[in-house]
Amino acid sequence: MNGAIDLSTRYLGLDLAHPLVPSASPLSQTLDGIRRMEDAGASAVVMYSLFEEQITQDSLSLDHYMSYGAESHAEALSYFPEPESYNVGPDGYLELIRDAKASVDIPIIGSLNGASPGGWTHYAKLIQEAGADALELNIYHVATDPSMTGDDVERLYLDVLRDVREMVTIPLAVKLSPYFSSMAHMAQRLARSGADGLVLFNRFYQPDFDLESLEVGPHLVLSDSDELRLPLRWIAILYGRIQTDFALTSGVHTHFDVLKGVMAGSAVTMLASELLKSGIWRITDILEDMKAWMTEREYASVAQMRGSMSQQNVTDAAAFERANYMRTLQSFRLDPTGLMV
Amino acid sequence: MKRPWVMTDGNEATAYVAYKINEVVAIYPITPASAMGEFADLWSARKDANLWGTVPLIQEMQAESGAAGAVHGALQTGALTTTFTASQGLLLMLPNMYKIAGELTSTVFHIAARSLAAQALSIFGDHSDVMAARSTGWAMLFANSVQEAQDFALIAQAATLEGRIPFLHVMDGFRTSHEVAKIERLADEDMRALIDDGAVHAHRARALTPERPIVRGTAQNPDVFFQARESANSYYDALPAIVEGVMKRFEERVGRSYHLFDYVGAPDAERVVVVMGSGAQTVDQTVRYLQGRGEKVGMVKVRLFRPFSAKHLLAALPESTRAIAVLDRTKEPGSAGEPLYQDVVTALSRAVTDGDAPMAAMPRVIGGRYGLSSKEFTPAMVSAIFQELTSPDPKNPFTIGIRDDVTQLSLDYDSELDIEPDSVTRAVFWGLGSDGTVGANKNSIKIIGEETDGYAQGYFVYDSKKAGARTISHLRFGPDPIDSSYLIGHANFVAVHQFGFFERVDVLANAAQGATLLINSPHTPDETWQHIPHPAQQQILDKGLNLYVINAYEVARELGLGNRINTIMQTCFFAISGVLPKDEAADRIKDAIRKTYGKRGEAVVRMNFAAVDAALSHLHPLPTPERSDGPDMPPVVPESAPDFVRTVTAEMIAGRGDDLAVSALPIDGTYPSATTRFEKRNLAQEVPVWDPEICIQCGKCVLVCPHAVIRAKVVEPAALEGAPQGFLSADNRWRELGDLRYTLQVSVEDCTGCSLCVEVCPAKDKSNVGHKAIDMAPQLPVKEQGKRNWDFFLDLPEYPRSDSLHFNTVKNVQLLEPLFEFSGACAGCGETPYLKLVSQLFGDRSVVANATGCSSIYGGNLPTTPWSKNREGRGPAWSNSLFEDNAEFGLGMRLTLDKQVQYAQELLRRLHTRISADSMRPPVDVEQYEPSGSASDLVTAILEAEQRDEGGIAAQRARVAELKRRLQGMDGSEARDLLSLAEVLVRRNVWIVGGDGWAYDIGYGGLDHVLASGRNINVLVLDTEVYSNTGGQASKATSLGAVAKFAAGGKRTPKKELGRIAMQYGYVYVAQVAMGANDAQTVRALREAESYDGPSLVIAYSHCIAHGIDMAKGMEQQKNATLSGYWPLYRYDPRLVAEGKNPFQLDSRAPKIPFSEYAMAENRYRMLRQTSPDEAEALMAEAQQSVTDRWAIYEWLAKGDPQPAAAAGGAPAGHGEEGAKR
Repeated sequence: MNGAIDLSTRYLGLDLAHPLVPSASPLSQTLDGIRRMEDAGASAVVMYSLFEEQITQDSLSLDHYMSYGAESHAEALSYFPEPESYNVGPDGYLELIRDAKASVDIPIIGSLNGASPGGWTHYAKLIQEAGADALELNIYHVATDPSMTGDDVERLYLDVLRDVREMVTIPLAVKLSPYFSSMAHMAQRLARSGADGLVLFNRFYQPDFDLESLEVGPHLVLSDSDELRLPLRWIAILYGRIQTDFALTSGVHTHFDVLKGVMAGSAVTMLASELLKSGIWRITDILEDMKAWMTEREYASVAQMRGSMSQQNVTDAAAFERANYMRTLQSFRLDPTGLMV
Repeated sequence: MKRPWVMTDGNEATAYVAYKINEVVAIYPITPASAMGEFADLWSARKDANLWGTVPLIQEMQAESGAAGAVHGALQTGALTTTFTASQGLLLMLPNMYKIAGELTSTVFHIAARSLAAQALSIFGDHSDVMAARSTGWAMLFANSVQEAQDFALIAQAATLEGRIPFLHVMDGFRTSHEVAKIERLADEDMRALIDDGAVHAHRARALTPERPIVRGTAQNPDVFFQARESANSYYDALPAIVEGVMKRFEERVGRSYHLFDYVGAPDAERVVVVMGSGAQTVDQTVRYLQGRGEKVGMVKVRLFRPFSAKHLLAALPESTRAIAVLDRTKEPGSAGEPLYQDVVTALSRAVTDGDAPMAAMPRVIGGRYGLSSKEFTPAMVSAIFQELTSPDPKNPFTIGIRDDVTQLSLDYDSELDIEPDSVTRAVFWGLGSDGTVGANKNSIKIIGEETDGYAQGYFVYDSKKAGARTISHLRFGPDPIDSSYLIGHANFVAVHQFGFFERVDVLANAAQGATLLINSPHTPDETWQHIPHPAQQQILDKGLNLYVINAYEVARELGLGNRINTIMQTCFFAISGVLPKDEAADRIKDAIRKTYGKRGEAVVRMNFAAVDAALSHLHPLPTPERSDGPDMPPVVPESAPDFVRTVTAEMIAGRGDDLAVSALPIDGTYPSATTRFEKRNLAQEVPVWDPEICIQCGKCVLVCPHAVIRAKVVEPAALEGAPQGFLSADNRWRELGDLRYTLQVSVEDCTGCSLCVEVCPAKDKSNVGHKAIDMAPQLPVKEQGKRNWDFFLDLPEYPRSDSLHFNTVKNVQLLEPLFEFSGACAGCGETPYLKLVSQLFGDRSVVANATGCSSIYGGNLPTTPWSKNREGRGPAWSNSLFEDNAEFGLGMRLTLDKQVQYAQELLRRLHTRISADSMRPPVDVEQYEPSGSASDLVTAILEAEQRDEGGIAAQRARVAELKRRLQGMDGSEARDLLSLAEVLVRRNVWIVGGDGWAYDIGYGGLDHVLASGRNINVLVLDTEVYSNTGGQASKATSLGAVAKFAAGGKRTPKKELGRIAMQYGYVYVAQVAMGANDAQTVRALREAESYDGPSLVIAYSHCIAHGIDMAKGMEQQKNATLSGYWPLYRYDPRLVAEGKNPFQLDSRAPKIPFSEYAMAENRYRMLRQTSPDEAEALMAEAQQSVTDRWAIYEWLAKGDPQPAAAAGGAPAGHGEEGAKR
């Protein structure tokens, strides 16, 4: 029976063996990591993000430290040997895509975080030329400028997408945050502007306060399954209404999460925290568990279940909307001291 | 054949050839030769091959003596081997050089000739080093220019292979080694053509091999040594002809013609100058000029100085020669004349005697010294020398270029004489090291030199300070080859890149009439004129200068370039100098930017392109106003400064040191200390500002300030009466100090703006955590108030050292006056806070032996020096001997003190009765001198004094003062002897200070011996993990995986564990400290080290500019070094053994962060990741392993049982009973 289940899925025009795709993470920073993910059964790999800002920063900082203090004192005209070449810029990233394409069979999806209009298109082109099968535009934008309107923010996303769409021919996905006043409308605009897929959602790393030092610091927390619900809800809402592929990312840790994602309407479900926490071989485990679950319940294919619990297909469509919220609130029961039971 | 024309300096030109024609290269850094070794290492790291297609093997050694030994060994086993050095480095090679020559071994050492340290060290150029090697039996070939440095590197190698005599290939340090000039680069084929493979094989065949065993290096007896020494004479006799032959072959192949002695000038010259080195260029130029004016003058350039071929010299001299001036760039005190002079006189005298002379009568020969330590040597001086030769009674010997008002040896000259042709554009740029001026100028001359048919030359003058260093670029451009090897005296373009220079130096002194002046002004074009000081305005008017103004800092800020105005100013230069057509210039600059910065990434290129585009729209011509009504120049030093500072030091500060006469300078190199306080440099754009409301008075800012510009005092409230308005103070936060007021002040004029203080300040405003008790604020608005506050603060009384507070905490130590202040170290230096702390804790009774290196440069480079003194006139007495011998130098100081204390105590005992019973003196109040009251009289009290703490020291000082008072009137030689020695009875400490290059490498042998001596010395190693002063070469303290010069591919071995090695003695106090990781432990370790009556070694993590870090975060890096386990803090105190305790105490906790987290904040580690990511990863893993392994050892040591006394080594000689209470 096992062999009979069809796990295959199609995402960004790519035929994938199943919906388990590692999302952008440090695991794809080496060829070895990518190989190991393929060995563990990943159906495609999203590369770690190429950050334009990082490239610029690396380049400026290298220049700064190579020049700092130089040509100031007769005995020390410089403080470092000046090599013939440096690995600043996208070369290492592009080289890795080329190497990955040459050594693994699964599709390689590039991931780009630009910082300037020219940067987005320039690097997108390079990633395509390096052989990536598709590109994920990782638009990580925290709107802090009070003079920037919601419309401005949306336009920023759309402009990036349109600019890149004009420059490259490979499929494009947009990874975005949930912080839009009208998520559905935004999703539609992106789909109409050429997004072949939407990756929901980007997790913003929230800074934390250190009360000892009174400093604000980065605080990296891996996701847990609870975080699944936000993308789950939105994919369920958008599936069938917006003509694009959906990738669910954030909170995918178990086969249950994958199944839910697919049932909401995801073409693929992406995971990183789980692999970082428990190891790359979790892909195999999750896949096996998923198959067992589907076998037990006699599902024939992933296609069969995709979107089966999307808003369009569930009986209580309002569950995804406000009623859900009301019901959740009312479901709390308190003990006599006022604590939740 | 077509050879490329390149812009390069003497070091690179020489190293290029040396690298191509050798197999093994031993290297060691020394200014100005370091770059040759750096190039060799870099080329080897990138796998460049030599002539024979193999990559030369580069080995850094621990010292030049080691390099010479390694070279000797490599040569003896048949490799083509070379090394590069200068100055003291060459002296360290002398013993091996005798051997190498004695064994007739083919090799060339490439020398950037530099002064030898005598009354002072100097890094600059003259021939005193190579002249000290005259008797080694090496041939000496002198290159006069960058082109010749390249050519002679090859000629020397070809000749040594043929003639078997080793060669010193000499160029002038800085003037040639650092001059950037356009030269024709030799092709590999040229080198192949000159180097005879047969001779290479013969060299190899002479090597030691077990296949054909021989013995070399025997010991000989009186029977044969002498004859053997004479056995190689014929090789020396043959060498001149061999060199001549090689030069001829070179000429045939390459086209440039050289001879052993080259004559230039009138065929019927009557007056001739003989000279070698870069000065020959200047003489050459002047001879042609004078000849053009009909004078019968000529010159001889000496190429091959050793073996000295009298025959060839005589052949070069015209028959008409009647008077000769021989110029030596060295001084041989007490000699009959300097070396070249003596050789010329001897040659002529023999020729005349033998009847071989070309001239009828013996010419008059005078000898002169010139150009010591890169002193300028100009056509004006040459002209004066020729003039002197017309005198019936010329000075002999003479000096030129200085004013000798003591022995009257100097010749006068007309400094206004200018013989340079109008076709040469001469441009002088005044910049700051940090603004990138020199780099841009090097780019500019490359543009002209390499991209056009024109010629260019660049020479760069740096000042002796590291923070806020001033640079002066001298650039020449012209259609013909440029051979003026002297600074520009009459510039037709002057650029002042820092407006503040107008107030401090005469930046227009070398501007020619009608020159163009480009000013970077912080003021608007309209307002700029009124801010230029009156004397400069007057010069502008008098010389009719054309003014252009740009606010380059504003443009740079807008473009995100920070302080780097270089590209902007460079573009302006090209736009108004006319060196290139305007549009072409912009394109060329952009090409150059891409070439220079392209590999650092697109962002850097884009930013600089933007600077080119923005520059011209901000450049404004300024019509010259008619009146000079600007402000007066502020005085160089305050009127209140001591006489010497006002008359001598101030002249050096103002850039007029060249004009100081001989009589102005101390005869023996002795200078007053505490002079930096008179040189207000106003470097910082932002300075710390104190908020007493928030301050917790912890003292951390005072502790870390590298320049001692933040200080704290506690004073009686009454002392603050009359304080300037706005002078801040607060209630003190000590339980013991009653109602004393606390005040923290900043010397805003001495601050370098490093902001280390702000970074370490732990006190944050509870309502606004971005505001701390110390914040940076713009200097200008607080300058005047700051000056008033500082002056008032300095006059406030110091907290008495012998009062109740113990100086064992950072908080208390802040109240001690620093006796090391305002050094010229880099802004944010990691070394100087330790020195300042030592000076606070013990400075009033310290003698300091300082190894050569950063600390000797910021510690002792004129014009002003930071070692200071207190109100009583006491402070550290400081000296620098050499790089290699500092531990021994310091031990010598200790030996004297020990002997003098012992002798003084003996005298005390001998004079006991007389001193105690002297009825002429008031009776001794023993209580006054002996707090314990146990001594019965003054002598006993002195002899038994504890002197363990400040109270004890103060009491002993009082006793000694009383002793001296009594001895004053006492007769007898013993009493007078004791009077001359009495001061040593107050306990003194000896600090032996140096960097890791000294302690781990060149001075290690001596350091080891000194530590083993058991004597009471204190060694402070300021460990920056590289040779910082010479530009960051690897030492054995460099850590695994770090990139450094001489380790361009990343260091492959872990850092040497100096501390653990020293612990093995068992009787050496050892501590490893990092102020940023645990300042209390640092204070504790230094106090323990000083109090330990035996050898102490404190190894101090010193963050450094050569680490490639944000210097403001230096202390944080120190902390991370410790947090990662890379830099464990520990103390090993042998005294604890006696208490039955483990002498080893680990003061830091188990690693909390990975090594890479610490390392990747530093460019030295990150760089490798950017050049060789795979290797970087592998090395990082190895480095982590090494950290982990070492940590395990330290943990084991910390857990260990108390060390048995036997294992501790017992008490060494001099450390037992007798050695106590030194």
